[in-house]
Amino acid sequence: MLDITSKPLVEITGMCKWYGEFSALHDINLSVHEGEKVVVCGPSGSGKSTMIRCINQLEAHQKGTISVNGAEVSPDMKNIEQIRREVGMVFQSFNLFPHMTILDNLTLGPMRNRGVSRADATDLAMHYLERVHIAQQAEKYPPQLSGGQQQRVAIARSLCMKPKVMLFDEPTSALDPEMIAGVLDVMIELAEEGMTMIVVTHEMGFARKVADRVVFMDEGEIIEVAEPEEFFNNPQSDRAQLFLSQLLGH
Amino acid sequence: MRGYVSQATPRNRRIRDDTGFDLGQFARTLTQVGQAVLVFFIIGYLIWRGAQAMEYNWQWYRIEPFFYRVIDGETIWGPLVRGLVQTLKLAGIAGVIAILIGFATAFARLSSSISGRVIATTYLEAVRNTPLLVQLFLFYFVLAPIFGIDRFWAGVLCLSFFEGSFAAEIIRGGILGVDKGQYEGGDAIGLNKVDKYRFIIIPQSLPLILPPLTGLLISLIKHSAIVSVIAVSELTTAGLNLIADTFMAFEIWFLVAGMYLAVTITLSIGVSLFERTLQKGR
Ligand SMILES: Nc1ncnc2c1ncn2[C@@H]1O[C@H](COP(=O)(O)OP(=O)(O)OP(=O)(O)O)[C@@H](O)[C@H]1O
Ligand SMILES: [Mg+2]
Repeated sequence: MLDITSKPLVEITGMCKWYGEFSALHDINLSVHEGEKVVVCGPSGSGKSTMIRCINQLEAHQKGTISVNGAEVSPDMKNIEQIRREVGMVFQSFNLFPHMTILDNLTLGPMRNRGVSRADATDLAMHYLERVHIAQQAEKYPPQLSGGQQQRVAIARSLCMKPKVMLFDEPTSALDPEMIAGVLDVMIELAEEGMTMIVVTHEMGFARKVADRVVFMDEGEIIEVAEPEEFFNNPQSDRAQLFLSQLLGH
Repeated sequence: MRGYVSQATPRNRRIRDDTGFDLGQFARTLTQVGQAVLVFFIIGYLIWRGAQAMEYNWQWYRIEPFFYRVIDGETIWGPLVRGLVQTLKLAGIAGVIAILIGFATAFARLSSSISGRVIATTYLEAVRNTPLLVQLFLFYFVLAPIFGIDRFWAGVLCLSFFEGSFAAEIIRGGILGVDKGQYEGGDAIGLNKVDKYRFIIIPQSLPLILPPLTGLLISLIKHSAIVSVIAVSELTTAGLNLIADTFMAFEIWFLVAGMYLAVTITLSIGVSLFERTLQKGR
């Protein structure tokens, strides 16, 4: 089971973020321990993406603290790359590099950030490509693959950095329905191996199966945190009830 | 209507039967080529008639030594060829410097450094809002004596700074044309800024940058004619000198224009072939 006494891997306290005058996030507090899986959900525009993007400083926060693996991250820090290699990120739109082969997509990070040799990086890349079941496509270019395959490559690309925590921002919402299962399977396998994960998703099946906690956000705040069964069957807040009824379509 | 199940036709048995010779299309192409030839013929005829009315004395038979002479079995290049070589050298060096200036200026404008942005913007506005001829005089009469540079390099530097301002905007546009997600992809795997531009952003902006940049190199070759006003010995200067010696203004200007045209067209064709191989590599 989870070791709650240890120091959290990701710790967010009193974090606020504004876009100009617009308050995108307000007083966010969240701790994620090693091996924990957190699913984040909430209506569009509620700040889910913004929150997880602050963790690896793709977005800068203005107030409060965020620490990853004990090190505080801040907008003006010098070696942000050292934090980012501990934090894998998978985007809704994959963001693979279309001008490089799949293999080169995977070896670039380890070679440039971690100083791994090309031979070792290639071994690493092939290992993870096998795990996401696309080793045969290593020499192809991203646009030649289906959306589901591209997303699995993107997951493998993050794993090649040997991250301590993986962030997913709606990894299946740009995919055709028949592609979703393949990506979710890979994520479930990853969870079963004990990876720490923060996943923004509306896939309730995935949340029920994998999540230790569900975090519900609305209008830039965390409204409710609960275990998945409890959250889906018996949401406490009005806003979560409204959200879930809309999600289920009645 | 009743439902039905149709017999499937495998892809390799779907035969396309419209790939033969299209006579109608061929006739249309032929007509258009004919029209173009006719227009050129009429223009040529008008020029010839005009020159005849002026009693111009065409002397095309005298042009060979402008290109080369053979003395004792040894080939000596004539003034037009030597001028062309100088033009290519001038444009080549200026092109390289212009691209370097272009990259530096583009990155300065995109940077978060205020002084970088101010310097870059001042340079762009100054170069674009003053006449090229005035810039050339500034380089030749003011900067050249101060820094002790000769007329050739004064010409090269003037052209570099002039074209560099256009290169900067082309390069900036190319870099801005790369999707925002690509920066985030690079950030997410922990690339530093230099690596991110080197491996992700610049390679993807090149296909956006290269075509307009070739257009720029072609206009650089044409603009290089202006340095003849400070008597740099390039193709246009060679033409002017020959006319002073021979009074064959019509022939020589046609020749000079034809030589510029030959170079720029060769360059365009070369580049479009190069672009095609780039695309095939995908
Ligand atoms: N760069 C930006 N500038 C200004 N406002 C922004 C910017 N990015 C996001 N926002 C605003 O911040 C709020 C939160 O956006 P965010 O993308 O985090 O929402 P989300 O919960 O991920 O929504 P979705 O489910 O649609 O992805 C939104 O109201 C959005 O309009
Ligand atoms: Mg989002």
